[in-house]
Amino acid sequence: MQLFRLTAHELHDLLIKKEISAEELNLAVFDRIEAVEDRVKAYVTMTKERALEQARSVDRQINDGEKISPLAGIPVAIKDNMCIDGVRTTACSKILANFVPPYSATVVKRLDGAGAIMVGKTNCDEFAMGSSTENSAFFITRNPWDTERVPGGSSGGSAAVIAAGEAICSLGSDTGGSIRLPASFCGVVGLKPTYGAVSRYGLIAFASSLDQIGPFTRDVADCAAMLNVICGHDPLDSTSANYNMPDFTGFLKNDVQGLKIGVPREYMVEGIHPEVREAIEQALSLLEALGAHVEYTTLPHTEYALSTYYLIAPAEASSNLARYDGVRYGYRAEKADDVIDMFMKTRSEGFGSEVKRRIMLGTYALSAGYYDAYYLKALRVRTLIKQDFDRAFEKYDLLVSPVCPTTAFRIGEKTEDPLEMYLSDVCTISINLAGIPGMSIPGGFAQGMPVGLQLMGRHFDEGTLLRAAYTFEQNTDYHKAFPEL
Amino acid sequence: MITKEDVDHVALLGRLELTEEEREMYTRQLNDILEHFQALERLNTENVLPTAHVLPLKNVYREDWAGQHLSREEVLANGPDVEENCFKVPKIV
Repeated sequence: MQLFRLTAHELHDLLIKKEISAEELNLAVFDRIEAVEDRVKAYVTMTKERALEQARSVDRQINDGEKISPLAGIPVAIKDNMCIDGVRTTACSKILANFVPPYSATVVKRLDGAGAIMVGKTNCDEFAMGSSTENSAFFITRNPWDTERVPGGSSGGSAAVIAAGEAICSLGSDTGGSIRLPASFCGVVGLKPTYGAVSRYGLIAFASSLDQIGPFTRDVADCAAMLNVICGHDPLDSTSANYNMPDFTGFLKNDVQGLKIGVPREYMVEGIHPEVREAIEQALSLLEALGAHVEYTTLPHTEYALSTYYLIAPAEASSNLARYDGVRYGYRAEKADDVIDMFMKTRSEGFGSEVKRRIMLGTYALSAGYYDAYYLKALRVRTLIKQDFDRAFEKYDLLVSPVCPTTAFRIGEKTEDPLEMYLSDVCTISINLAGIPGMSIPGGFAQGMPVGLQLMGRHFDEGTLLRAAYTFEQNTDYHKAFPEL
Repeated sequence: MITKEDVDHVALLGRLELTEEEREMYTRQLNDILEHFQALERLNTENVLPTAHVLPLKNVYREDWAGQHLSREEVLANGPDVEENCFKVPKIV
């Protein structure tokens, strides 16, 4: 039995029946990492000793007859922009290459508390800025389905480890599609929760009004189990919402009877690959056959979303990244005449090209004389985009679309032209601007590469996404496919 | 239209020192990107309120109590240059 291919809930059953131990499971995953990691290159840092120690402690609990939580003993990977106390955390930037945080992110504490085992930190685009993981300061992660292609980004490492069997569950962060795009490209389940549902404390900030942490898993049941652990109010994040969190596993019902699904027309046109379109149309037919009402609808301001996003996100980023000055932590340039010179050299040597581009863009949009024309204008259009969704959700329980108009592209294919790369996010960014939950589930294949089906719901209605996703999964086999490496 | 001088000004505000190559690249790319953004001007947003934040949260306060904080050693541990419990920087004036 290849333990690394199973889901968390299957492994939980084996653990409580004492058919396997948590240590055995984690060793199996580390063996798998050893076997395939040189081809995938998803991990920036591995925490094997810490993991095996934690695993033995879960085994002691099991042997003492204690009841263990559904994620206890399960190997979990964390995107390298979330802090783990005492474990190097870099945001895949040279400027943080030697940073060892003295505290853990709230999501990490919650997973620790649930007995989940931290396997390591995964590669991403520098400061989560990118759509392919090619902007990592360290190395490029490869798509396990075709190692000549990108895994998507920015959470490419966290998606690749699930597809490759190098972890069972993982965490990513999503500012404009950074969970859903790699989930789509790598054929796994990825969910960006409602803004405010998961604490951002200990997440290295990119764009604070858009960033949200969420899980990658092999199936929808595991996604619900992860949400049960990571969602909930946190006084350490003032934007964290205080709401009545449901038991997400309660939504795992094979039933979409009567569900009203809208398909935004704007997400199905321009440049969509014909086989991606075909996969999405087949998925919609299946949902209809299972009892859902499916019809086309409109989100009329969609064409403005990309410009709005690429003003707001870099503006927030330029402000958030002002803290990297070489004084309290991180990289510092050596030869400097005075303190301003030190700041300038430190930042110029420490940041990569895409990060600098966004600092430039954001600084420009916020600078005197341009603030109203660019930043404020974008905030007003953001309202219109959000209202499109409000109107759609008066009529529909759920919106469905592709995650991306194409499947995973080739390494190097889009690195020359930033606008071309930004276009990969065209179907995902509006969701962050509106703050609603969005999910990618395996929806088929196009020329052998996975196609992600995107589900979008009302604020704090992750439940409807899970119900539709679970129903779709129970009636398809796409999530069971495993890449050959 | 953004000029190289505009790029220099923005780089200074963002505390970035650009090479000649970067100066040219960012001038070209920022112009391309901002041209794309012109599309927003087609929308009349005169009576639309800006959205800075999607949740109806206002003034989140907490109780004023003394909590546990990081020790001085932990705070200073990541400092690139530390002396006598202070972060050391090059001369300012």
